Amino acid sequence: MSTDAGYNFAYLDESTKRMIRRALLKAVAIPGHQVPFGSREMPLPYGWGTGGIQVTAAVLGPRDVLKVIDQGSDDTTNAVSIRAFFRRTAGIATTERTAEATIIQTRHRIPERKLTEGQILVYQVPIPEPLARLEPRIAETRRLHAMADYGLMHVKLYEDIAKHGHIATSYSYPVMVNERYLMSPSPIPAFDNPKMHMMPALQLFGAGREKRIYAVPPYTHVRSLDFEDHPFRPIRAPHACELCGSRDTYLDEVLVDDKGGRIFVCSDTDHCQERQAMKEAAE
Amino acid sequence: MSTPLMEARGLQLRFGRVAALDDVAIDIHPGEVVAIVGESGSGKTTLLRVLSGLMRPDAGAVTYRGEDVLAMPEAARRRLMRTEWGFVHQNPRDGLRLGVTAGGNIGERLMAVGARHYGNIRAEATEWLKRVEIDPARMDDIPGKFSGGMQQRLQIARVLVTRPKLVFMDEPTGGLDVSVQARLLDLIRALVADLGLAVLIVTHDIAAARLLAHRILVMRQGQVVEEGLTDRVLDDPQHAYTQLLVSSVLAA
Amino acid sequence: MYVATKGGEKAIGAAHAWLDEVRRGDPAQPELTTTQVEQQLGLAVDRVMAEGSCHDRGLAALAVKQSRGDLIEAAFLLRAYRTTLPRFGASLPLDTNAMAIQRRISATYKDLPGGQVLGPTFDYTHRLLDFRLAAEGGLPAGAPQGEPDPSPTPRVTELLAQDGLMQREAPEESEPGDLTRQPLSFPADRPLRLQALARGDEGFLLSLGYSTQRGYGGNHPFVGEIRMGEIAVEFVPEELGFAVDLGDITITECQMVNQFKGSRTEPPQFTRGYGLVFGHGERKAMSMALVDRALRSPELGEGSEAPAQQQEFVLSHCDNVEATGFVEHLKLPHYVDFQSELENVRTMRAAAMKERGE
Repeated sequence: MSTDAGYNFAYLDESTKRMIRRALLKAVAIPGHQVPFGSREMPLPYGWGTGGIQVTAAVLGPRDVLKVIDQGSDDTTNAVSIRAFFRRTAGIATTERTAEATIIQTRHRIPERKLTEGQILVYQVPIPEPLARLEPRIAETRRLHAMADYGLMHVKLYEDIAKHGHIATSYSYPVMVNERYLMSPSPIPAFDNPKMHMMPALQLFGAGREKRIYAVPPYTHVRSLDFEDHPFRPIRAPHACELCGSRDTYLDEVLVDDKGGRIFVCSDTDHCQERQAMKEAAE
Repeated sequence: MSTPLMEARGLQLRFGRVAALDDVAIDIHPGEVVAIVGESGSGKTTLLRVLSGLMRPDAGAVTYRGEDVLAMPEAARRRLMRTEWGFVHQNPRDGLRLGVTAGGNIGERLMAVGARHYGNIRAEATEWLKRVEIDPARMDDIPGKFSGGMQQRLQIARVLVTRPKLVFMDEPTGGLDVSVQARLLDLIRALVADLGLAVLIVTHDIAAARLLAHRILVMRQGQVVEEGLTDRVLDDPQHAYTQLLVSSVLAA
Repeated sequence: MYVATKGGEKAIGAAHAWLDEVRRGDPAQPELTTTQVEQQLGLAVDRVMAEGSCHDRGLAALAVKQSRGDLIEAAFLLRAYRTTLPRFGASLPLDTNAMAIQRRISATYKDLPGGQVLGPTFDYTHRLLDFRLAAEGGLPAGAPQGEPDPSPTPRVTELLAQDGLMQREAPEESEPGDLTRQPLSFPADRPLRLQALARGDEGFLLSLGYSTQRGYGGNHPFVGEIRMGEIAVEFVPEELGFAVDLGDITITECQMVNQFKGSRTEPPQFTRGYGLVFGHGERKAMSMALVDRALRSPELGEGSEAPAQQQEFVLSHCDNVEATGFVEHLKLPHYVDFQSELENVRTMRAAAMKERGE
C-alpha cells in the first residue's frame, strides 16, 4: 500500500508523538486520571475522532495491524475514513478481524470478542469529563477529582432512581477506575462497561477537542457506579440477532418497513460474521 | 473545663487599610453555642470564614482538635467540611442544590462519605425531613419551589445528616420574616441540644443570640471588645459599644 | 434476507468526486484563480488568515477556493496545514507605532497628532447594490493621491498613559505560551486569552462584544483608536543574535478605552481592551477588544456574572473549528447509543403504563 511521501509516518511529526507518548505514560501510571496534552489540529474535524487518531498515531508502528470500528462496524463512513487515513499516511496493514488486530480504534463500542494482552484498544472520546453535565467548569471538576469528591455523581444516580425508579443512564455510564478516579468510558453503551474490568488489553482514551488523554492499564479494576439495592445492569435489546442468532451480544435495531417492521442484528459486524461462518461450517 | 474543640489565637487580616480582624482569639468547646454579634463590617463574617478555612488570615493560628487548620491540605479540610463540620449559609441558595430534589440534597453528604444503599439513604432523608418539620411527601420535590423558611430548614437537615461536631452558621435567620425566624430559632435550639452540637453563629440579631448562645463575643472594627456568658454580657454590658448594641435592641 | 450495509469506501469516493464537480460549477464558465480570490475577495482571505491563525494570503485564497467560499471550512484547511509546519520561535513584538498607516481613526479626540485617516472603508457608503459591478469590465476611477504625511502617529492610549490616565500594561518578560502546543488551562493569563480571541470566531466575538454593550457586563467603551496598515515582522534567529526582517504584513489593531473606578490599591484611571488581527478586520478587532476587556473584569474586581466575563465560557467556545467539528459530529452514526436509549425509554414507558393500568 502506498504512503503519502509528503508526511511523516502516521502523519504526526516525531516530537509531537513523543509529547503524546509522555502523556500516555502518565495516563497509564495514574489509571483513570485525565492528562492534558497539546492536541494538534488534525486534518479531520474535531469531534470526529481527532483524539483517538492522535493516540493511534503515537503508538502505531510499521508492523502493527489496525482495525477501526464505529458503532461496532468496520464499514461505517467514519471508520472507513480513518482507516484510509492511516493506510495513506502510514502504509500499515489494516484488518476487519478483531483477532488479527494489534491496535483497534473504536467509537462507541468495545468488540464482543475478548481482547488479549497483545492488543491496544483506542477509544475516541467526545467529552472526557464524567462530571461535565453536572459541573461545566473545568477548573472545578479538576479540583473534585483531586479531592476524590464524587458525591455529586452519586446525587445524579440517586435522582435517576427517585425520578424513574432505576438508573436511567444507558451510555457513557460512569465508572470508578482502580477505586480512585471517576472516569467516562466514552459513549459506549452501558452493556459494554463490564468488558473494561480486568481487561487484558491496554485501553487508551483520546479526546482531541478537549485535549485530554486517559488510560486503563491491563488487568485494572473498573467498577460501574451503582447502589447496593439498585445494582448496575447492562442493557441490551431482549432479542436474538437475525443473522447469527446471538442472544448475548449488543444488537442494533433495523427498521425494515414503515409499518413497524423491525429486526435486530449484531452491532459488532466482525463477531457476527464469525458466528455465521461457524454456524455454516457446523451445518 | 473540657479541652476546646476549636482554638484561634492572634488572628490578623487586613483588606487594604481596613483591619477586618485585629488580634482576635476565640475558643469553642464541645457542645457549646457561641454567638458573634456586631454590626455589619465589624469582621464577624470574616472571622467565621477564617475559622472554617474558607479564607486565610495574614497572621495567627487556628486549631481543630489540636490540628492546625491553616496548615491542613485542602483535601483534609474539605473532608472535615463534609464530615465533622457543617456550614449553614445565610442564603439557602448558597447551601443547597436547587435543581436537586430535597431527598438528593440530604443524601449528598451521606453519599459523599460512602453511603451506597438507596433505601437507607431514603430512610435517613425521611427521618431528617421530619426532624426539620418538612412533610416527607415533599422528598422528591425540587427545593427551588420551597418557601424561604423551608429552604433554610432543608439546608440545616442537609448539614446535620452526617452528625457533625461543629457547625458554622452565618446569619441563618437573616433573610426571613419575623414569625418564620422565631420558628427556625426554636428548631435550631432543639436540634443543637439534642445532638450536643458545638455551634459558632454569626448574627446581628441580639435576641437570636440570647435565645441560642451560651457565650457571646461582641466584635467591632475587627476586634473582640467584650466576651462572656450570654446573660452576663446582655444584662450587664461593660463595653460602651455593647451597651449601645443592647440598648438599641431594647429601644426597637 | 437482510444484509448489513457495505461499501462505505466506494460511497465516500463518489461523494468526493461529486464535491469536486460542484465546486467547479458550470465548466463553460472560466475557472476562478486563487489570485483573483486574493485580490478581489480580500476580506474573505483576511478572515481566513485570522481564524486559521496563519498569515499566507496565497494559501488562504486557495482554502477559500477549495472550500467553495465556506470560510470556516477554509480556516480549518489552513489550520490543518499550519499544524504540520515546524515552529522556529516567536517573532519580536510588533511595533504598531511604526505602522505604515492606511487607516487610523480615533473616537475619543476630534484631532490628534498624525490626524484621522479614513482609508478604504465601507463606513460611509450607502448600502445600495451597485449594478455596475454586475456588468463587469471597467476600472474604478481611482482615489486621488495626496502627499504622504511624514509626521508620527502616536497611539492614543500612549498619549493618555503619559498623563497617568491610562493603566500601563506590564511588559511580559517571558515568552508567552502557545495554545496550539500546550492545552489551555484555567485561569488562563492574558497573553493566552488574547491568542485564543485572535483566532476566535468573528461572529461569536461580535455577539459577545455586543452583549457587553447591552448591559451583560458593560464597561463603557470608547474607541481610543483603530489603525490598519503594514508593519514589519522581525525575528531573532539564535545563531545570528540580531533581528532580521521577515517581511511586512497588514494588520488591524483596536484599542478600546474603558473607565475603571479604582480599587483600594489603585487610583481611578482608564484601562484598555485590546484587539489585533491579521489583515483588514475591524469588526473582529473591535469585538476582540470588547471581550478582552470584559475578561479582565474579575481581576479588576468588577464581577464575573455576564457571559463575556467568564473566561472558561468564552475561551472554550470561541474557536469555530472546534465548534463546527463538535456540532457537525452529530451527523455521525449514533445508533448504538440511540439503541440503548430506546431500550431505556421502552422500559420506563412499560413501567409507567403498568402503573397507570393498576
